[in-house]
Amino acid sequence: MDHLLGIVGDGFVMLAADEKVAHSVVTMKDNQDKITVLDETKILAGGGQFGDVCMFTELVQRNLQLYNLRNGYPMGVKAAAGYTRTEIAKLLRKNPHMVNMLLGGVDKHGPALFWIDYLGNMQKLDFGAHGYGGYFALSCMDRYYRPGMNIDDAKSLMKRCIEGINQRFLIGGASFKVKVVDAQGIREVDLSDVQVAPEAAGNAMEQ
Amino acid sequence: MARRYDSRTTIFSPEGRLYQVEYAMEAISHAGICLGILAKEGVLLGVEKKTPSKLLEVTNSEKIYKIDDHIGVAAAGMTADANTLINFSRIVAQRHFLTYQEAMPVEQLVRRVCDRKQGYTQFGGLRPYGVSFLWAGWDDQLGFQLLQSDPSGNYGGWKATAIGANNQAAQSILKQDYTDDISLDEALKLSLKVLSKSMDSTTLSSEKVEFYRLSKDASGQVGMVMIADKDVDAAIDAAGLAKQEEAQQ
Repeated sequence: MDHLLGIVGDGFVMLAADEKVAHSVVTMKDNQDKITVLDETKILAGGGQFGDVCMFTELVQRNLQLYNLRNGYPMGVKAAAGYTRTEIAKLLRKNPHMVNMLLGGVDKHGPALFWIDYLGNMQKLDFGAHGYGGYFALSCMDRYYRPGMNIDDAKSLMKRCIEGINQRFLIGGASFKVKVVDAQGIREVDLSDVQVAPEAAGNAMEQ
Repeated sequence: MARRYDSRTTIFSPEGRLYQVEYAMEAISHAGICLGILAKEGVLLGVEKKTPSKLLEVTNSEKIYKIDDHIGVAAAGMTADANTLINFSRIVAQRHFLTYQEAMPVEQLVRRVCDRKQGYTQFGGLRPYGVSFLWAGWDDQLGFQLLQSDPSGNYGGWKATAIGANNQAAQSILKQDYTDDISLDEALKLSLKVLSKSMDSTTLSSEKVEFYRLSKDASGQVGMVMIADKDVDAAIDAAGLAKQEEAQQ
């Protein structure tokens, strides 16, 4: 099962997705990029039924392109997320797609992260996750997330979540692709050098 | 001789014209004037109210309609045709919101309506819609806008324009007196001046004209609101246009 993670920081959104593609009990690929670049200011991490994921994310990407060409300006992030969820919802009783997504982008209203599942549910969130990884990552993010984090703190939090998943999830050893989108554009981020501060002593519920 | 080419909407005349479209525009030139002015903080739409009979029960404006919270439209031409297109544009605007979770950008809506109008000039064998519209709207992308569309399916963005009877006279006054940083109140004054020159009636009053303003309220919400009759009359008095006995500059 795919692990998808997303965090909103100060003027940016960071998405992380694992790189494994499995078929039954076989790892078919371990370096798949599951974070699609929708356009210059939006990225979409997709997980679930891999064929559906590929077709659907490309559909969203191409329709965003079409909108830009027709109207002379790109769709806003909220509109793109709304469009994406409506497409999933329309297909639900005709040709359902098993695709769970995290859509992150930056527009004139600032950075935004949208959580969309295969049923067409959508929520705007400060941080979110899909997949089994979410079971471990969300509590980690609940504890350590602060609004308006800078890029280093966000990297540190993401690394902490990833380490947590690899430590506790039954199928360990997942490698992650991490991308950041901000006003300047989209770039890949390497977390290998990021140091995660050890867990603070005392009751984890105390801030 | 050209007559033989104009009963079919979907063919050109030898001179390269679409007569049915031109005849539609001719129909509109007999309709009550509508004018629109783009101001700093909103858009003003003003129309000449034509009440054909005192017996007519007037429940709503016959020329200005709300398409969505952020878009209003003034229609000149055949009312029934206008109603069809207004219904269409309301559905389009709501469908857009359902899909994109945001207010439909004004130009996208106008383009959809104009694509439909254009269809009736090219295929189907049906006559074109005999309506021109002035669209007043606001969107996140371009702010306040004023657009005009006609039966051919052409549309354009305007700072100030007029459609309907005597629109050329109205346009020339607008061209002279419009300034880029005009306010809504100044736009109302200008509209009254324009209407007094281009309407047939001898006196100007809130019975003869109707104004709507599309702007943001105190909380930042966009909406189109009718300017109350008493405020219109007050503006008419202030401009000295209540009685047209003396020639006004």
